[in-house]
Amino acid sequence: MSDKPLALILAVTSDIGRAVARACAAAGHDLVVTARDRQRLDVEVADLGQRYPVAVQGVEMDVLDRAHRARLLEQLPRTPDLVVCAIGLMPAQDDAQADPDLAERVMQTNYIAPALMLEQLAELCRERGSGALVGISSVAGDRGRRSNYIYGSAKAGFSAYLSGLRARMHDHGVSVITVKPGFVRTRMTEGMRLPALLTIDPEHVARSILAAAGSRTNAIYVKRIWRVIMWVIGLLPESVFKRLKL
Amino acid sequence: MKLDPASFQQVSLAGWGNYPRIECALAHPRYIDELPGLLDRTHSLIARGNGRSYGDAALSPDLAVATRYLNRIRGFDREAGLMTCEAGVLLDDLLELLVPQGWFVPVVPGTAQVSLGGMAAADVHGKNHHIDGAFGRHVHSMKMLLGNGQVIDCSRQEHPELFSATLGGMGLTGIILELTVRLAPIESAWVRQTTQPAGNLDEVMALFEASADQPLSVAWLDCLAAGKARGRSLLFCGQVAQTAQLPKRYQARPHQIPARSRSWSIPPWTPGGLLNRWSVSAFNRLYYGRHRMGGATRTLPYRDYYFPLDGLADWNRLYGRRGLIQHQCVLPPEASREGLGEILSRTSRAGQGSMLAVLKKFGPGAGPLSFPMPGYTLALDFPVNTETLRLSRELDAIVRAHQGRIYLAKDAASDALTVQSGYPELPAFAQVRAAYHAERFQSALSRRLELT
Repeated sequence: MSDKPLALILAVTSDIGRAVARACAAAGHDLVVTARDRQRLDVEVADLGQRYPVAVQGVEMDVLDRAHRARLLEQLPRTPDLVVCAIGLMPAQDDAQADPDLAERVMQTNYIAPALMLEQLAELCRERGSGALVGISSVAGDRGRRSNYIYGSAKAGFSAYLSGLRARMHDHGVSVITVKPGFVRTRMTEGMRLPALLTIDPEHVARSILAAAGSRTNAIYVKRIWRVIMWVIGLLPESVFKRLKL
Repeated sequence: MKLDPASFQQVSLAGWGNYPRIECALAHPRYIDELPGLLDRTHSLIARGNGRSYGDAALSPDLAVATRYLNRIRGFDREAGLMTCEAGVLLDDLLELLVPQGWFVPVVPGTAQVSLGGMAAADVHGKNHHIDGAFGRHVHSMKMLLGNGQVIDCSRQEHPELFSATLGGMGLTGIILELTVRLAPIESAWVRQTTQPAGNLDEVMALFEASADQPLSVAWLDCLAAGKARGRSLLFCGQVAQTAQLPKRYQARPHQIPARSRSWSIPPWTPGGLLNRWSVSAFNRLYYGRHRMGGATRTLPYRDYYFPLDGLADWNRLYGRRGLIQHQCVLPPEASREGLGEILSRTSRAGQGSMLAVLKKFGPGAGPLSFPMPGYTLALDFPVNTETLRLSRELDAIVRAHQGRIYLAKDAASDALTVQSGYPELPAFAQVRAAYHAERFQSALSRRLELT
């Protein structure tokens, strides 16, 4: 058996997931990576295996499916040392407002299913007494805005979940890290007009995640300015905030 | 801030020369399975690799399909030396992976910041063309998306006409999705370079003839020198260095990638006009003077030999906001002396010369739109202005008069007449496009030059 640390990347076919997988492999982690689509998963597994001298295992998984989540746990070769959850879904707010099925899927995908998944993985780490779990949440979860509150509310739930899990795991040597990337140049934000100074590449997020996991931080805004921006947004009284076209 | 998945991102795009710049719809697919769906959403489209063609070859107002995220390695058969990867893989990244394992891509252009798909589409050549041919010769097979949504494999055995037309075909036959390339084993990550000065065009051509057995050769040319010194040059020959020739501390690890000796970057606010008759002339004198004693032999890290300008990031900004054009032509062997002489005289008279005049002798050619053919190729950079655009047309006339052709991957200023006279197999190329449903693969370049 390999003596390398094992990283589990949930959603390797997302831009951030792929960047994190490459960064982990470059840092010498064996990998287990997941995706819904078998073919796309195979493409990533083959690429990672060719690029880095580490073991790479792909597991097909739709996180919304309880049976898939159980199967992932069975297929893990050993308890991961690092788990990064890059699962996310952000359709246009208008579409989510108009379609309750879509809104439900946004809430399931960004909060409920990843939380249930991490709960089980955290338990494995707790039994061993070590590990780091990284949840990629969002600045959108810091306060519900009219332009993005269905996604934002799910991320708020996810952030709150991670906060509680962090406290519970603290006594067991397991760290839980909330990552709020802000604007990232990914498929999720393609076509949006993003302020260049606030926008980063997935590789930047990946580096920050590895650094945070190494230093056992609690929660990070990948770009520090977001802490200030969200602090100001958080300070606004509701009577003012509800009038803003944010 | 709203996302409309039905519409494409609109971006102002240019090639490496920053001229022309046009509004393009741009898509960034992550997986090959997304590409057939793009066909249904546009009238026409063109693949765009890393945007290193100089002019408008990878631009299209309708849709440019960026391949930068299609950058996975699919497999590497070390027994056969065959590497399969997606078309968006960057040469630089690939070499970083391959060189430490003792492998190299057998033909590389003057920059490593190109995608493999782009290398095939432009059938790029390197300093070893006279021996190893262009990149396409080392492509074993390609997986392509056709205009009817079909994905097929082509090679010298399967769909050979499509294969041959696609190498050099500037993306006009379909979208290259994956390529399998035959790699070359190398003894070290270093190149042994010899520099020989030549006082004029005749001398440098004689040196090229005399060094035909050298694996690598290219000449830097002072295109402002006139009269008896017209064509004054430095010929750089090279071959992969043997372990014993490396610096001592690398001899135990000959394939370790040595650090770049230096690296600079040109900032975006660089004013235009830095490169003018006086500055370039002074540079050329100094540069030639430094090497004129000749015979100098050095062992260089592969990047410094093959990709010297990559050490000067964003060097295209030296030409200012209006950008640069590059005129690269090849003239048949029997017409080279006279034709190159005319081009150099005309250029030196215009006084618009650049530091980057490059001369090279080619070997045999390849497919219908592949640029290299036997003879001498000369590449000249100019800052964009009305004078140089006119000059470029005049050089085209000289090229036509000597049965030469221009390099489409560099072009931003030529015309249909010059291309038709230079590429006599164009009708065959058009037939392949028709047979493989390629009507919708069009670029700003293909329309300007009436290729589509």
